[in-house]
Amino acid sequence: MELLSGGEIIIRALKDAGIKHVWGYPGGAALHIYDALYRQDDVHHLLVRHEQAAVHAADGYSRSTGEVGTALVTSGPGATNAITGIATAYMDSIPMVVISGQVPLTKIGQDAFQETDMVGVSRPIVKHSFLVTRAEDIAETIAKAYFIAASGRPGPVVVDIPKDVTDPSYKVAYEYPAEIKMRSYQPSDKGHRGQIRRAVQTLIGAKRPVLYTGGGVVLDNASEHLIALAKILNYPVTNTLMGLGGYPGTDPQYLGMLGMHGTYEANTAMHHADVIFAIGARFDDRVTNDLEKFCPHATVIHIDVDPTSVSKNIEAHIPIVGTCNSVLPEMIGLIEQSDSKPDSDAIAEWWQQIDQWRADQGIYTASRYEESSGNCIKPQDVIKMLYKVTEGKAIVTSDVGQHQMFAAQYYLFDKPRTWINSGGLGTMGFGLPAAMGCKLAFPDCDVACVTGEGSIQMNIQELSTCSQHNLPVKIINLNNAALGMVRQWQDMNYSSRYSESVYEESLPDFVKLAEAYGHVGMKITHIDELEEKMRECFAMKDRVVFMDIDVDRSEHVYPMQMPGGSMRDLWLNKTERT
Amino acid sequence: MKRIISILMENESGALSRVVGLFAQRGYNIDTLTVAPTDDDTLSRLTLTTQGDDHMAEQIVKQLHKLIDTIKVVDLTQGAHIERELMLVKIKASESDIRHELKSCVEIFRGHIIDVTPQTYTVQLAGDSEKLDAFIEAVGEMGIMEVVRSGVSGIARGEKFLRV
Repeated sequence: MELLSGGEIIIRALKDAGIKHVWGYPGGAALHIYDALYRQDDVHHLLVRHEQAAVHAADGYSRSTGEVGTALVTSGPGATNAITGIATAYMDSIPMVVISGQVPLTKIGQDAFQETDMVGVSRPIVKHSFLVTRAEDIAETIAKAYFIAASGRPGPVVVDIPKDVTDPSYKVAYEYPAEIKMRSYQPSDKGHRGQIRRAVQTLIGAKRPVLYTGGGVVLDNASEHLIALAKILNYPVTNTLMGLGGYPGTDPQYLGMLGMHGTYEANTAMHHADVIFAIGARFDDRVTNDLEKFCPHATVIHIDVDPTSVSKNIEAHIPIVGTCNSVLPEMIGLIEQSDSKPDSDAIAEWWQQIDQWRADQGIYTASRYEESSGNCIKPQDVIKMLYKVTEGKAIVTSDVGQHQMFAAQYYLFDKPRTWINSGGLGTMGFGLPAAMGCKLAFPDCDVACVTGEGSIQMNIQELSTCSQHNLPVKIINLNNAALGMVRQWQDMNYSSRYSESVYEESLPDFVKLAEAYGHVGMKITHIDELEEKMRECFAMKDRVVFMDIDVDRSEHVYPMQMPGGSMRDLWLNKTERT
Repeated sequence: MKRIISILMENESGALSRVVGLFAQRGYNIDTLTVAPTDDDTLSRLTLTTQGDDHMAEQIVKQLHKLIDTIKVVDLTQGAHIERELMLVKIKASESDIRHELKSCVEIFRGHIIDVTPQTYTVQLAGDSEKLDAFIEAVGEMGIMEVVRSGVSGIARGEKFLRV
């Protein structure tokens, strides 16, 4: 058996876990690990400019591929900088392993240089964490970390490794475990057979059904099963922000996104539904609006891999704990075998009603905003142009705010894992590093980061990382010179008192900034130049292009649910409501 | 209502802090908490009491179960169970009539006086929480100096048991 040092074991175990790329940043406590990294070619390390970006990049890589992302940071500030990224992944159930260096065991607890209790600091935002105290335990711990991160409801796992455990002079026998078994952790994927039967009967008997599907469908690669189910039943489908792409955005049975900035037809259909089938969704407050007024007529069927998500906010009448990938095919089988069929008259009537809602106030049929003209570029039109220029085939990452909602509303995602955003935590600064992760995974695919001048400045240093590692992402900056979503709330709730939400004259020249990093910068101020410039941007396959687009500063995101209302209580535009 | 939740978990560093952290994070209160290794020293048995309705208790049990180190979780209050708590009370007992009264009170409650000085009696008492509360009320007037309670331990009645 081979003798390796702790540092070498970490890298070898990563290789044996199937990890090809690690995003990270070295520092004192991680130097033995970095030295081991230098002396091999199997694991490719990408140096970022800030640890938060390392974690977001690993996250973007994971979201776009379905594989477990990996980040490597040092102790103290390296570890704490990673925290926002870990919390982001935790909220959206993204499988990830973060390895952090730690001060030597002999120094722990002594307020040593760059010491932070990483296991303690990260505890509420990880699926699990380990502090490794012996080189002999490293391989098994790393194998466990990947197993835990990827199985059940996925999530981030922290492995904190003190420097003396990676000491190059202490070598131990290396063996990567062939299989991981933990008596305390045995996630099951199969749903309860009886519950599944009940769910199928209820679903078939529905007269006004809606399939409400979330990130679980995407995470579980269950999109095909969802499509198959929707097609045999001919039921309408709405996606959460995290579920976009899980059902094709251009399919006629698709109602658009639901929730706070969801479509009129999706929210109204939910409100009137008699059966709601929640699939890998968790009834987030940004979906349900006031829980007391939520969908008063509905029988709720809920599939989720995480039992704590079931009946947490909304009582499920038929709860099923299991993976979408296991339960949906089982349901499809039962539906196909069943003697009873959906009530086609009732469903036809339901579709007629939905089509009426679409025609009246549908987001793609009714005008939500005045069209762009001259120097007044509407942010929605930029997203529509992005959709047109990329033919709907780009991987789109976003930051957080109005631009995120516009992208979610107007870019129609036909495939899962092409819409990459921080839905749960709402992390500004996520978009660019996440785009780097996507571009690394899919070098031949267009990767666009839809952002705003607020968010992009939270991790703009990563433009340098893009140069070093040749990650030619495209940045679509919807520049309204303000924190748009904050300002929208200030318009609606604080009599337009723009407390600290405007940048005045302080914004950088993004074109020059992009150029300073060696990239291409473009400034767009007129609607007539948008298409040509955007085509030019995406034609430059091997360059990072920063498109700084001046958009209408007064635009709001609509529809918007009214606080304290039901799902269908919406502002449709600045003056009209339901 | 009062809930007694029993947890069997890996006896590993950090396991207890995850349980405590979970309660803080989810906004639940812990009224009492007791933890010790079992006959199998790779396992810890943890018993905690909290307040909550059925919905909350169900969420707590599910959330606890989700912790990676947790092997089994049960809400003992869902079924017939026995609860016991140990209490040590130091009471001012310098006058002889107080000493007599205290002694008879301890007998009534089936406790023991386990330490005696000219000035104090230290009483050991085991029972459910209500009994311990009642004792404190009964001797309260006499001058309690210190109370130490172990927190509730619980076990299901009958054939049911919590084991790996």
